[in-house]
Amino acid sequence: MTNVILKTEDLTKHYGGVHALESANFELRKGEHVAIMGDNGAGKSTFVRQITGVEQRTRGKIIFDGREVNFAGPLDAREAGIETVFQNLALADDLDVPSNLFLGREMVLFNLGPFSILDMKGMRRATEEGLKRTAVKIPNLNNAIRNMSGGQRQCVAIARTATFHSKLTIMDEPTAALGVQETAQVENIIRTLKEAGEPLILISHNMRQVFDLVDRIVVFRRGRMVANLSKNETDGQDVVAYITGAKTGAEFEGAA
Amino acid sequence: MADATAPAAIIDTSRKKRHWPPEFNALIGLIGIAIVFEILGWIVRDQSFFGNLTRLKIMILQVSIIGIIAIGVTQVIISGGIDLSSGSVVGATAMIATSFAQVGTYPRAVFIEQGWVDLPVIIPVVVGLGCGLIAGLINGLLIAYTKIPPFIATLGMMVSARGVAQWWTKGKPVSFPTDQYAAMGQGMTPVFIFLGVAILFYLILRFTVYGKHTYAIGSNEDAARMSGINVERHKVLVYTIAGLLAGLAAMVLSARGLTAQSGMGVMYELDAIAMSVIGGVSLAGGRGSIVGTTIGMIIFGVIISGFTFLRLDAFYQEMIKGAIIIAAVVADMYRQRRRAMES
Repeated sequence: MTNVILKTEDLTKHYGGVHALESANFELRKGEHVAIMGDNGAGKSTFVRQITGVEQRTRGKIIFDGREVNFAGPLDAREAGIETVFQNLALADDLDVPSNLFLGREMVLFNLGPFSILDMKGMRRATEEGLKRTAVKIPNLNNAIRNMSGGQRQCVAIARTATFHSKLTIMDEPTAALGVQETAQVENIIRTLKEAGEPLILISHNMRQVFDLVDRIVVFRRGRMVANLSKNETDGQDVVAYITGAKTGAEFEGAA
Repeated sequence: MADATAPAAIIDTSRKKRHWPPEFNALIGLIGIAIVFEILGWIVRDQSFFGNLTRLKIMILQVSIIGIIAIGVTQVIISGGIDLSSGSVVGATAMIATSFAQVGTYPRAVFIEQGWVDLPVIIPVVVGLGCGLIAGLINGLLIAYTKIPPFIATLGMMVSARGVAQWWTKGKPVSFPTDQYAAMGQGMTPVFIFLGVAILFYLILRFTVYGKHTYAIGSNEDAARMSGINVERHKVLVYTIAGLLAGLAAMVLSARGLTAQSGMGVMYELDAIAMSVIGGVSLAGGRGSIVGTTIGMIIFGVIISGFTFLRLDAFYQEMIKGAIIIAAVVADMYRQRRRAMES
């Protein structure tokens, strides 16, 4: 199974007595775009936090790019090639675009520990290339993120992916806070990623968006995976039935 | 909609509103205040305020020692914190460092043991920097690892360090430092020390990873943490450096006065914070610069020596100083609100 980029086996997370995620067996192939859907508190974000090393899982295995991985933190996951666009836009508002793209992994001219000299030109050049690859146009890279629109900010967050040649992109509700036009921009970037063959996990509540963009839909309910549907073999009503609990996938019987 | 040939993202460029750097506002303020004092000078005293070189020299000397502290405080505020302990750390460090710098010529005035007099200057300097460093390190560790708000942690240090300053000599002043030690405070040396520190930290904040991370933490601590920055370790470093600079300022101050007393540096922390805020450093964190703080320091100096020049009573000086600090903070809040509304 060399074409599988990410696989989880029995992935489980308990917060004290709360079983936020229970035995998730998930698989993502190279070049595939998968949506994760489910109600609030269904375990979608918890699932992502385990994969990206933001939290430590209670149990289970994560196999990424052919190797079993144990990320100690989000930076580990990034270095391995998992790039995440978080729900709450992990951007520093007062910094400009290149500084945000390279936050936590700055390019350095001279290594002097914490006082290492930044390679500003190098970071700027890499940023320009990354933006070109995602076809994102930002008029002034030196502008602080604060002075940008919601869509621009989200584009910057997504452009990290292209800048670092990531092997897997995860987006946690990337358009939740955006207007119609800005949502369209972000969706177009996602299509660009699809054409480039970059795998993606998209968390979204937007049924139209999910059916427009992805190949496969995975549904979570009350901490468990309850369905794994190919887009062509399902429709909106069907998915809603799984989300609300009216239906449970055959292979997941007994799970929820 | 899904037309792949369409440009993926065209972002409107209509938001071309100009954003002046806050340093620019501070500079305008400085020029305005300077003109006011110049005019008042001619009206009240019938002489030029800026025409007197000695006055300008004294003015810059007065503020440059607090300016050294303000550099450290600036980077603390940019990181989203506050340091109220610097004035007391100055007091404690001045006492301890000077006690290692005494000459043996006046045995009755000598504090601590006889063998400790006439030491090479490197010893009091290392001791002084060490004192500041330890105070800053304790601040940083408390704030980063026990999650006490910086205001409370450094308030505690403010009280404790003042206690240390009094305990060290049981309240007696320490005098007669060696010539080498005293050289740190003579003539225009404090100004040069300030300039050196200011240039160094201008470069550090602008061109190093340390600077980038300081701004990032003050701007969005969660984002910084999620980006893999070791926020706790960085905070410890930020407060340690602030302590170190307070220690340096303490030595320059005691060297200049040729004596150290436990009451030294009272209220310096507030003056240093005021210089930063007047210079455009945002108390909300993430914004500000050494250039701004330097301008804020000069504004501060112009106001103080301007009042003296106009022969305004010291009481009024304090009152007006307080009002200026409030005005600077109000201006900062107004800027933040305007920004929040724009985005």
